[in-house]
Order: sequence, then C-alpha cells, then structure tokens
Amino acid sequence: MKGYRRYFVGKFLWFCITLVAAFILNFTLPRLMPGDPVAAIVSRLAQGMSNTTGVQAIYEQYAELFGTNRPMLEQFVLYLRNVAQGNFGFSFSQYPRTVADVLRASLWWTIILQFPAIIVGWIVGNTLGAMAAYRKGGFDKVLMPISIFMSSLPAFGMAVVLLVLFGVTLKWLPTSGGYGFDLIPNLSGRFIWSMFVHYQLPFWSIVLVTIGGQAIGMRSMAIYELNADYVRYSRFMGIKDRKIVGYVFRNAVLPQITGLALAIGTMVSGALVAEIIFSYPGLGTTLLTAIRGQDYPLISATTLIITIMVLVANFAIEILYGFLDPRIKAAQAD
Amino acid sequence: MRHLTRQVFNSGKFVVGFSIFVGILLIVIIYPILFPYPPLEIIGQGNFFPPGLYVNVYDSIFTSHYILNLDDATANRIASKLDSEDRLAIQKWLTASGFPESEIDIENTAQLLDQWTNNFDPTKRFPGMTNADRNYFIRLNNSLKGLLSTEGAIIAVENPETASLEEAGVVAQNDYIVVNEVPNVRLLPLGTDNFGRDVLTELVAATKVSLIIGFVAGSIATLIGLILGLLSGYIGGQVDDVIMFFTNLLTVIPSFVLLILISFSIGQEQRGAFTIAVVIGLTSWVWTTRAVRSQVISLRNRDHVNLSKLSGHSISYIIIADILPYIASYVVMALILQISSAILAEAGLSILGLGPRTTEVATLGLMLNWALIYQAPILGYWWAFYPVIIVIALIAFSLNLMNTGLDQVFNPALRE
Repeated sequence: MKGYRRYFVGKFLWFCITLVAAFILNFTLPRLMPGDPVAAIVSRLAQGMSNTTGVQAIYEQYAELFGTNRPMLEQFVLYLRNVAQGNFGFSFSQYPRTVADVLRASLWWTIILQFPAIIVGWIVGNTLGAMAAYRKGGFDKVLMPISIFMSSLPAFGMAVVLLVLFGVTLKWLPTSGGYGFDLIPNLSGRFIWSMFVHYQLPFWSIVLVTIGGQAIGMRSMAIYELNADYVRYSRFMGIKDRKIVGYVFRNAVLPQITGLALAIGTMVSGALVAEIIFSYPGLGTTLLTAIRGQDYPLISATTLIITIMVLVANFAIEILYGFLDPRIKAAQAD
Repeated sequence: MRHLTRQVFNSGKFVVGFSIFVGILLIVIIYPILFPYPPLEIIGQGNFFPPGLYVNVYDSIFTSHYILNLDDATANRIASKLDSEDRLAIQKWLTASGFPESEIDIENTAQLLDQWTNNFDPTKRFPGMTNADRNYFIRLNNSLKGLLSTEGAIIAVENPETASLEEAGVVAQNDYIVVNEVPNVRLLPLGTDNFGRDVLTELVAATKVSLIIGFVAGSIATLIGLILGLLSGYIGGQVDDVIMFFTNLLTVIPSFVLLILISFSIGQEQRGAFTIAVVIGLTSWVWTTRAVRSQVISLRNRDHVNLSKLSGHSISYIIIADILPYIASYVVMALILQISSAILAEAGLSILGLGPRTTEVATLGLMLNWALIYQAPILGYWWAFYPVIIVIALIAFSLNLMNTGLDQVFNPALRE
C-alpha cells in the first residue's frame, strides 16, 4: 500500500489540475464572446417588456449577481467562492428555485442511471470482444458487423428505437419520466417498482451502445495479445488453454480500462442526450430545459457538475487501474 | 500506390463501407437534380401527413371517369370506414341479443354487416343497457345504412348569381380515375414533417449539410491534431510537455461540455451550420494529436530519418518527406473517425437546441430535434424520425466500416 503513494499522489495532483482547468474554462468560455453576457441575458429575458426601468433593474441585479461590472480576476474569485458554497444563484427558468436545488434533484437520477449502465455495457462488451477474438469463425463474423453497427448508432438513436419498439408499439414499458406521473417519491413498493420500470429503456439504450464500441476495442486488443510470443510459448509449454485465455484477457483488458477512463466523457455526453429522449429527470433533461429557457446560471452550473462528475469517474478509474496493473506496483518497488 | 489501393479494395469491410458512403453521396448529389424542390418549402397545411401518393381531389373529379365493376370494392370501402371500436360495439350488441358468440368474426366485415342488418332491432333492450347506449347503437345503425347505400355522391357548384347549389356531376361508387391523367399528383414517400415540409427532400438536403459539417469539422480537427502531434512528437522537450499538457487536459474534460458552452455563448443569431462545424472541429482534435504524436515518436529515431538529419535537411523537409508518408494512413483513418463523430456531435447539439439556426438549413440533428419537440415518436409518426436515425447510423456505420477495413490493411496483426 505504501509503495503506491507516489502513483496516487501523482494522479490526485493531476485530478486537481484538471478540476482547476475545468473551472477556468467554465468561467472564461462564455465570457470570451464579444459583448456583455449579462446584457445578452437581459435582452433575451426582456423580450416583449416595454418598461425600461424594469429592464434596467433586471440588468443591475444580474450584473451584481455575476459581478460583470468588476475586473476579470475579481469576478473569478467571486465565482469560485460562490461555487465552493454551492451558491449558483437563482434559476431563470424555474424561479424561485435555486440552481443548486434544481441540480440536487436531478444529479442522483443521472448517477444511478449512467454508472451502472456504462459499467454493465463495458463488462458485457469486453467479454463478447474477447470471445470473438478467441473463437474467431462464425461467432466473430456475426458479432463484429453487429458491434460496428451498434457503436455507429448514437445513444439517442438507440433510445428512440427502443422507445418506439417497447414503449409505443408493444406498450411493455413507459415512455417517459423517471417514475409514474401519479406518484410522489417515497419508499413504497409501488414507487420503487414504477422507478424500476421507467429505468429499463434508458438503461438498455446506454448499455447496448456501450457494448458495441467496447467489443470492437477488446477484440483488437485480444487479437494482438493472442499473437504475442508468450502465448505461443505457453502453448508450447503445455499450459492449459483456459489459463492462457486468463492471461490474455488480463493483459488485453488493461488498455481497455485506460480507454474507459479516456472515453468516459464522450459516453456520459451521449447518455445525457439519451436521457432527453425519455424525459428522464436527470442532468440531460435539466440541461435541455435550461437551454430552452435561456437559463444561463443553470446551464453553467450543469455543465460544471457534468465535468466534475466525469473527472471524478476518471480519477476513480485511474486509481483502480493502479491496483490492477502489476507493472505499476513493480515500478513503485524500485 | 496502386498495390496499396488494390489491397484496400480487397478488404471486404472497406468495400461495403465505401459503397454505402458513395451511395449516400450519389443520392445527395443526384436527387436535387431530378427533383428540384426547395427543401424547406412548407407544402402541407398541418403537420405529419403520412407517406404516400397525394392525388388532387378537385382535379380527379373533373378528369375522365372509368367504370370498373369490382366485386370487393364495397367490402373494402366499408372495411376502411368501420373502425375497430364500431366492430366491438356490434359484437357486444349481437352477443347481448343472444347471438352465438362463436359465429361472430369481427375481422370478417361482410359477414359482420350481414349479421348486423339481419338482427338489429332498435326497440330491443337488454338488462344493464342505458338510454345512451341505445342511442349509440341507433346512430351506429344509421351510419352503417349510409355506408351500405349504392348511390353516388353529387358534386354541386355554387351559382354566383343565385347563390344556390347546382349539380355539376355525379361520382358513382364504381367510378375510377387513372392517376396518370390527373394533372396534380405529388409523391411524398416519407410524408411531411411538423411544419408540413416534404420529409424526403428535406432529408436529402439535411444529409448534405450534415456531411459538409462533418467534413469541415473533421478537416479542422485533423489539421490541428496533425500539426500539434507532429510538433510535439518530433520536436519533443518543452514543446511536447506543453502540448501534451493541454491535450491530456482536454481529453478528460468532455468536449461536449465545451461545445455546449461555446454554442450557447455564440447565441442563436450567429449560429450557422458552418460556425457549428468550426466549433466542433476546434473542440475535437485531441485524439488525432495523441495518435499522431505516438506514431511520430516511434518514427523519430528510425534510420532513414537520422540519415536525412545527417544530410542537413531542414525540419520541414524531414517532416514532409520522411515522416508524413509513414503516418498518412493513420491520418486518413483519424479523419474518417472525426467526420463520423462530428456528424454525431452536431446531432446531439441540435437535440439540446444548440444546433445551427433553424430558418436557413436543415441538418439531420435539427430534423430529429423538431420531431422530438413535436412528440413524433410517441404519436407514432415514424416517417419523421426513423429515416433520419437510419441515415445518421448508415453514415456513421459506413465510415466506421471503412476505418476498420483500413485498420486491417495497415495493421497486419488484425488481419484474419
């Protein structure tokens, strides 16, 4: 455990750096554009408002909230302090709810949907990919085109297909929402069942899309490994096939874990759009309502939360990788 | 070069992907020449007209009528008018009146109507039957009587002087027209969308715009990735450190989030299809940079590069003559993947409502966005969204197949 310290500290430092970079990007990008962001917000908000003093009042209120009338650096400090206190201001489109309140309600939906879905998709995809590489022949010939096609289908496309097939045509599963519209969230059996039923379509649309991409990647990795010298040597030594497959799988899965760490951002973004198709009450749908309502504080906070979520997931995968890859342990022992 | 081309075209995956892609390209080029309809013209009054051949009713009244005596015409007409609710009601009445249930087949229209006309009696009442029910059955009976009549429909024209209706013609039940003779016929193979626009024409135009977006974004991303990858891989040292720092940073920060922030900040008015393409290109170069860099690093110390250095060639010469040819295949593969992911990124962005401005062009993402806003999937208007998803999937599928095929040609380890 002690030997790992350098690795973990390094990864943690990198996590902090990316976090700071994410804050800076989230802060600067909207402000890089020509024009005053607050003026733009107010002009969108004040469309159809003829009362000039009212517009002026709105302008001053938001200028104060975002501190746009102060120097850039001071604005950034103000922004950091607000974020640290979880204070993102009021939501424009869902006034008088605060942004933090809106996000608190939707964040958990996204986490319980996306994490299991991506993990299940990753495991199934890698198993299928390894089997395709090992068995070759008919299994490979059938699985590969299907995987390429499935990974070509964007998550929202898969979502629409599943929605129409199972929700509209067969009427097996509900088409939208996170639970029945006639229920109030509680811990009763009826509510949990309703949640479970609403969970199925978004879950499987993410899983199916993930499987395709992972299977292709794992197949290539496993083919490389199967042709490696150590495999031939082990065969020559008379080691059982089962055991060799175990070695191959372990070696091939390591790059796949790194791949997952790198691709998790793309996966989460795809899954967010899939949420929208089902009006699932997560961050994706929140983002959509925020954009439709030109709700700048909510958009900014949602994108920040998504980024932080991805960074944390990335960090967690890197830590896990440290335990799984024996080379890292060996390097620490030096 | 010829050998290489032959090798590439020997790969089954590449050929299939290439054929699909070229097919889509050909349709996009040829369709507007054959059918020069303006793609965003609103032709339908109302939304989501079903796919089919639209024949002008007014014209068809005044084109010559031909009498065909077809046996099943009446049955077909009644079958199309009698919906399943009416059929169930008939069944209910018949069984309630003591008719044997096993003899009723609600799918057999002729038999059902026969049973109904022979047995229905408006004065009959059953236990549990309300007055409203009774009236409903009487109304049903009257409407069925109308269906069963054999007289034609009279076409009346208003006389402008007396304001009275005068008979202009009779359409008999066995009158037919030939579609070719009707002057106004429009085929809408995919119906219309929520604005009443021809979906097929719009889809072809949208595919073109989306392909252009993909190509522009992919080229920008590949160019930036290539330059940064070459610099960082070949020069190394601090340049490498700085470039890799930003590359690693942007790899973990999801580019989709950056895309959302930038597109939102640009504002609706400034967001054309081209701007979106540029923004997508500017946020998606990291993968190419990584791939190019690792290739360049493995090439950097090869003998032929060292020889070139010793001969005193300049850095730009070495990069162009000794390094680029070796990474060309990777760059092409990266470009193919960038095009497909850019098309998907545009679609995702449009679904969020941050796509290109809506009034000028259609893109695949925008079509999907409108179909979703108007609840087309739930209402069952499949023609408004399935074709779009199929086109998106086909484009991405063909590009991915081409990429996999190329990968197998250039990476001998992956060959079967």
